[in-house]
Amino acid sequence: MSKKELLKIEDLSIYYITEDGTVKAVNGIDIKLNKGETLGLVGETGAGKTTTALGIMRLIPNPPGKIMSGKIEFEGKDLLNIPEEEMRMIRGNKISMIFQDPMTSLNPVMTVGEQIAEVIEIHQDLNKQEAMKKAEEMLELVGIPAARVNDYPHQFSGGMKQRVVIAISLACNPQLLIADEPTTALDVTIQAQVLDLMNNLKEEFNTAMILITHDLGVVSEVCDKVAIMYAGEIVEAASLKQLFENPRHPYTLGLFGSIPNLDEEVDRLKPITGLMPDPTNLPTGCKFHPRCPYGTDICAKQEPKAIEIEDGHKVKCLIYEGLVDAEVKR
Amino acid sequence: MHKYIFRRLLLLIPVLLGVTFIVFTIMSFTPGDPAQLMLGESAPPEAVEQLRAEMGLDDPFIVQYLRFVGNAIKGDFGRSYTTKREVFSEIFARFPNTLILAAVGVAIAVAIGIPVGIISATRQYSLIDSISMIGALLGVSMPNFWLGLMLILVFSVGLGWLPFAGFESAKSIILPAITLGTGAAAIITRMTRSSMLEVIRQDYIRTARAKGVSEKKVVNKHALKNALIPVITVVGLQFGYLLGGAVLTETVFSWPGVGRLLVEAIRQKDTPTVLASVVFMATTFSFVNLLVDILYAYVDPRIKSQYSK
Repeated sequence: MSKKELLKIEDLSIYYITEDGTVKAVNGIDIKLNKGETLGLVGETGAGKTTTALGIMRLIPNPPGKIMSGKIEFEGKDLLNIPEEEMRMIRGNKISMIFQDPMTSLNPVMTVGEQIAEVIEIHQDLNKQEAMKKAEEMLELVGIPAARVNDYPHQFSGGMKQRVVIAISLACNPQLLIADEPTTALDVTIQAQVLDLMNNLKEEFNTAMILITHDLGVVSEVCDKVAIMYAGEIVEAASLKQLFENPRHPYTLGLFGSIPNLDEEVDRLKPITGLMPDPTNLPTGCKFHPRCPYGTDICAKQEPKAIEIEDGHKVKCLIYEGLVDAEVKR
Repeated sequence: MHKYIFRRLLLLIPVLLGVTFIVFTIMSFTPGDPAQLMLGESAPPEAVEQLRAEMGLDDPFIVQYLRFVGNAIKGDFGRSYTTKREVFSEIFARFPNTLILAAVGVAIAVAIGIPVGIISATRQYSLIDSISMIGALLGVSMPNFWLGLMLILVFSVGLGWLPFAGFESAKSIILPAITLGTGAAAIITRMTRSSMLEVIRQDYIRTARAKGVSEKKVVNKHALKNALIPVITVVGLQFGYLLGGAVLTETVFSWPGVGRLLVEAIRQKDTPTVLASVVFMATTFSFVNLLVDILYAYVDPRIKSQYSK
């Protein structure tokens, strides 16, 4: 695997400015991703995962969404400072995205073939017939018979629709694939199939991937690196091994703690107490402190910095700045 | 698909029976004696009595209705009480005028409504959106006889550019068609806008953008075809309604169409003409609706697959 840097996000902040208040969806996150690597972006609903992904694609609905600050560097180019036309040529070509809900992600009045061929026609120098032929190949690649190229989305099941979406996103061999909860809407057997498929294709084309999910099981199967998001911040970032063997942020521990253990008799799940904070009115200091079992007065006042506790393992918690005296244990 | 069309045509039978029954009832129970009207105020009572018997007007109501249905099935709708001509030949003589007026009116409405609706939706809350929405509100709320009169006042009486009555040349269509088209254009604009606004927020539009499709193509190719489905319904309804004769507009412009024929027939208690006109209108309206439903199938493959079931 080449260690060339593909994507570098620095201090990215994205707000949704509405009449009812400003939703601070993403607050100064940093992400680094090398070619061929897979990053798992994990967090609860509303943590800002999808907003981050749409930010990279520059598809934040504006208004009300706005990228307030930060830099998104892709192949050395700052995506936030290139003209829309240039960005359009990157979308679907070098960076493509799989959306959460396959049931609504495909245009109901166009055949799946047309929808796959469209992205090929835009980005590759092929005519209609050639693009259609390539679309058939893509369908076969994701395990759908090419004969169904002229069928409409309503003639497919949910899992097959997601395969079509994957075929669209991979049609131009992207450098970076952003998959936003690609398996959430699917049942468990289909989930496994789709994950296998994505894994295989990723290896075949050496595509880097950002996998957005709230399922740590999926992360452990697919990812090389993991970033845990909470209230628009990355609270812990580490390699897969580091994170699963040595999780350090109280929130990450809470996530692991909430997964029932197969070896024990469990009567009740152990959730993280409290709820996600209101994104229009985030807590001061550490955003997790109201729910944190180790929280002290200082947590409400001082915002933690990202501390590298071992090579490539960063945690955003005052414990590791030496300001809170606590032993974090599973 | 053929089965579906056949079923829809069969459904026309109960519709027509219902419509004629209601109209027949209303005509029978409104005051006024057709025989008296035909013979004039000063006719001797014996002559009126004799004519009533000849026309079968003394039979019980239900017998009269069944006789009408029986003749209608044979294609005989009778003769007009006033002109003595076959009612259907009278309707057919006037129908082309109504058809052409309705077609031009709807064409104007579509040509204005759909583009303005799209522009409004893609620039929601902009100045151009506000202006077109105010325009649409005016268009919907303006009574069309008033608009017709104002148009006559300005373009015929004032400027003398266009004729104000009858149907002599192609120029005669302009004012009545604008009068009819304005209301329809306003409705179509509003429908297109709201439908477009809904579609543009759908996930598949985001998918299209994520593929790198240009904004223009996103709107005109991906969004429009989906957004048009409810718009087609509205256009169809408007067209069907105008085909039934836009009574007020035809009256204001003395347009020789079916709508005015019906109004005159009602005034003269010319039951055969009224009934035949109503049957004719109900049939055309149903046909236009059927046409719209068939058109759906071509726009939306999901509906097509439902029809073939």
